[in-house]
Amino acid sequence: MKIVVCVKQVPATTAEKRYTPDKRLDRTSAESVINPLDEYAIEQALRLQEAGTVESVAYLSMGPEQAAEALRRALAMGGDEAYLVTDVALAGADAWATARVLAAALDKLAPDVALMGMASDDAKGSLVPGAVAAIRGLPLLSYGSELRLEDSVARIRRLNATGYDIIEAPLPVVASVTDQVGEPRYASLKGIMAAKRKHLETWSLGDLGIDADDLHGATLTRVMEVRPPEAKAPTERIENVPADEAATRIADWLAARKLL
Amino acid sequence: MTYLPTSEHDELRAVVRELAEERIAPRAAEIDRRGEFPWDLKELLARQDLLGACFEERHGGTGLDEIAQVILAEEVARVDATTSLIPIVQKLGSLPITLAGTDEQKARYFPPLASGEWLIAFGLTEAAAGSDVAANRMRARRDGDAYVLNGSKRFITHGSIANVLTVFALTDPEVGGRQGMSAFIVETDTPGFSSPRLEHKLGIRGSPTAELQFDDVRVPLENRLGEEGEGFKIAMQTLDRSRLGIAAQAVGIAQGALDAAIGYAGQREQFGQRIGDFQGIQFMLADMASQTEAARQLTYAAAARVEVRAADLPYWTSAAKLIAGDNAMRVTSDAVQIFGGYGYITEYPVERMMRDAKITQLYEGTQQIQRLVIGRQLLQRAGVRDRVRAGSAAGA
Repeated sequence: MKIVVCVKQVPATTAEKRYTPDKRLDRTSAESVINPLDEYAIEQALRLQEAGTVESVAYLSMGPEQAAEALRRALAMGGDEAYLVTDVALAGADAWATARVLAAALDKLAPDVALMGMASDDAKGSLVPGAVAAIRGLPLLSYGSELRLEDSVARIRRLNATGYDIIEAPLPVVASVTDQVGEPRYASLKGIMAAKRKHLETWSLGDLGIDADDLHGATLTRVMEVRPPEAKAPTERIENVPADEAATRIADWLAARKLL
Repeated sequence: MTYLPTSEHDELRAVVRELAEERIAPRAAEIDRRGEFPWDLKELLARQDLLGACFEERHGGTGLDEIAQVILAEEVARVDATTSLIPIVQKLGSLPITLAGTDEQKARYFPPLASGEWLIAFGLTEAAAGSDVAANRMRARRDGDAYVLNGSKRFITHGSIANVLTVFALTDPEVGGRQGMSAFIVETDTPGFSSPRLEHKLGIRGSPTAELQFDDVRVPLENRLGEEGEGFKIAMQTLDRSRLGIAAQAVGIAQGALDAAIGYAGQREQFGQRIGDFQGIQFMLADMASQTEAARQLTYAAAARVEVRAADLPYWTSAAKLIAGDNAMRVTSDAVQIFGGYGYITEYPVERMMRDAKITQLYEGTQQIQRLVIGRQLLQRAGVRDRVRAGSAAGA
């Protein structure tokens, strides 16, 4: 059995973000990491490989050339090979365009499971897994807290308000997992060294038989405005007063906001 | 000669820093308070292949170059000096085998050390033989196909938890320590070996510093390192290289204290402004940063000399350890100063760093011994014949 984990390179949460004049994130300016939520998908795939359920784990990313770094980091955690779809025509691709490109690449790789994180840390759309499944005409098992594979069936456990739903579908499937799958491993030193020798292949849109103009015509999203989050109200400090008076003032403060 | 870190060094630093900040830093205060060896972190470092850094790949190690090994020690020491000793002592203890061991000895002992399954310690110092290594008293008497070891060692880092030791003992007491000492590999489950006592220390409190007792410990002949009488030479060659690890540790401790001080200066307010906005604090931070960088670059330069086995590597490693150790003491003390009263209490990490820093001026040769090594190297370079007998040594 074969899993392809889709991996996105995103700016580190702590990185200072800059935007291009056409309101796109300037990805060269920010320190980049593997989307932290994708690390859970990687961990899930590697656990299935270690258990012997899965023979091969590959990674797929779409992004600028530097996204190869994220794929190397993923390969350092484990897995066998990686594919990067990179093309100047992909700059500014929205979730739908991304899904089309990933779907075409997944058609080529033909895995039993295309596995993804539950969202990306930058756009947080959570649209891509569903869109990829729709384009490829495959079942979607989303938000799994665990993925299991048996014979020709994929099964996830999904947290609901009162317990778990167990959802299964015949392979092949598209699936996404949450941070409930367990802590992602750190890449070991030998893993990092081995990753340098693993197969990493770069594809252009042409390699996937996608016409750039066609893709642009299909872009559904327009960015209207980009701005930093509102600054928080200044912290109110209660200092140098006796404890009982401080407690009363805190209680009053909370009561005034109907929090008590 | 190039000693700029490569992109691979930068990558290693990023990987170790992430692990250190997420998994080691949160444990540092507790390790210090309880004075207990961090077995969990030893397992973590082993699992990440970081204890195999000094061993070749054919022995299961990762065969990192010397600068990479410095970066590893530096980044761990930046958050916890105790934990940084795990890779540092793994190298110190095994260096005598690397330098003088046979292929059979390496094949037998390196794989479990490289995987981190075993720990090793370096047994040289005795109660009355610290800087004066040649004053060692421990005996090794030949008896058939074995040596019988009797005596005791003191101040042995990891001595009580190691699975195997490299130990130095007199095979020919008549001629004294310089010519009459030999080196041995001793497995600590050998009958007659014990570790009766641990020291109570100012710093590196999670790292056990042990007294070792040898009562008729039989060591097979094949566990002797090099020839009889080569012990002193092996010990000195070991320390010439291992000091690099202490320099790295000192650079890491200083960087940790500097980073903490910068963070505090940017947030603590007095007289209506951040203390970091005071020029007096900025000047302190500037001195701490530039002197730490100087110590780091000298340490990398020394590492590059060790890498190519330069003839004058003792000069470089001693200079690096001298500068980096003194800098760590000064910078951690200044960090406490910047924190003011908060620096003096255990709620913040800098008092621990200041206590940890002191050891880097003491072990693997005091700063005074480093100066002797440097001085003798200078005279040697100038062609002055060595007539200094005492003080060539360096206790560990």
